[in-house]
Amino acid sequence: MDVFGLSLGLLVLFVGFGLLIGVLFGFFGMGGSFLVTPALIVMGYPTRVAVGSGLAFVFGTSVIATLKHRDLGQVDYKLGLLMIVGTTLGIEVGKEMVIYLEELGLAGSVISVTYVFLLGGIGLFVTYNAVTGSSGGGVDHDAAAADGDEDIPDIAKTIQSYRVPPMMSLRGGITVSLWMILSVAFATGLLSGLLGVGGGFIRMPALFYLIGVPVPVAVGTDLFEIVFSGGIGSFLYAMDGGVNLGIVLPLLAGSAFGARLGSAATSIVDEDEIKVYFGLMLLGGSLAVAIREIGSVYDIPVFDTVSLLLILGSALLVSGAVVYSSVTALRAEASASTPSVEHR
Amino acid sequence: MIGGEAVPPTVEAALLIGVVLLEAIVLYVGYGLAERLFGDRIVDRITNA
Repeated sequence: MDVFGLSLGLLVLFVGFGLLIGVLFGFFGMGGSFLVTPALIVMGYPTRVAVGSGLAFVFGTSVIATLKHRDLGQVDYKLGLLMIVGTTLGIEVGKEMVIYLEELGLAGSVISVTYVFLLGGIGLFVTYNAVTGSSGGGVDHDAAAADGDEDIPDIAKTIQSYRVPPMMSLRGGITVSLWMILSVAFATGLLSGLLGVGGGFIRMPALFYLIGVPVPVAVGTDLFEIVFSGGIGSFLYAMDGGVNLGIVLPLLAGSAFGARLGSAATSIVDEDEIKVYFGLMLLGGSLAVAIREIGSVYDIPVFDTVSLLLILGSALLVSGAVVYSSVTALRAEASASTPSVEHR
Repeated sequence: MIGGEAVPPTVEAALLIGVVLLEAIVLYVGYGLAERLFGDRIVDRITNA
């Protein structure tokens, strides 16, 4: 039986994969989309379809996340609109690069290598911080909420000191050069267009570390912006036939449900307990792409399967850890609230 | 595709994105409703299991 041109097995796989990604997105407030594109590439979809469908999935997921966050009042619309301008240019350039690289037959290799370094680097960073107990480099939303604007990182202070007009006043009492905002937006848009990711796991820290926006505002503005960057990116790819609804719709159906589970888990589980798994998952994703690339260079087809299993396994490990910790915490809470007399 | 004429790529792309947007809104509303109706019961089942 085929649905949207997919076999029932593939449909279940996409809904299940979306569910895992949704749990991660809902819990960590970022991430997940960077697993979709490499997984689709590993599954044998053309690079353009993998990137375009990844962006369309990011668009749908961010619409849902923004709807949930719309009442928080943590969106700087002026910054968001400026970011959209820079990001759109970046995505267009990134897309042209993918098409050009496809013509050269290098798209898969270049995107895979970029993924390996990006995911591997961030994975090492998050794992190191989780293991050493350092909170200095994370993008942890709880810490974010506690941070004030007096905690502006040194790099951001340096960037703010470059007063190239016109200067823009942002929420949180920050004044930054328009050109600096557009540069950060362009760079993150370029990565979005090239890699088929929403760019949230790069842009949110960039807004905080490079521009100095307070983290809660960075999160809200980032979500607002992802709706547009994901929408514009997927629209541009869709015009070239790069969006496959048969992939996007089941992924989104799973992720919307997973995101609710993940969001609910944030109020139950301590994020620091899970962070190390998140770092390991990024490293697993990076390793998976590297294995696949080695397999294609040396023509070892089994490496494709190993790579796909590693990606799914990594996502399953972290989502499972979030769900398991939530259930354990709920039961512990329930037994703690039960009168002790009943146990005697 | 109506009348055998091809839909311009821009319109086709807009329709594709529209479908994704519609699905996102339907899922947001649908799952929200399901959470309100069954959420507490499911949490009770988990804690009492």
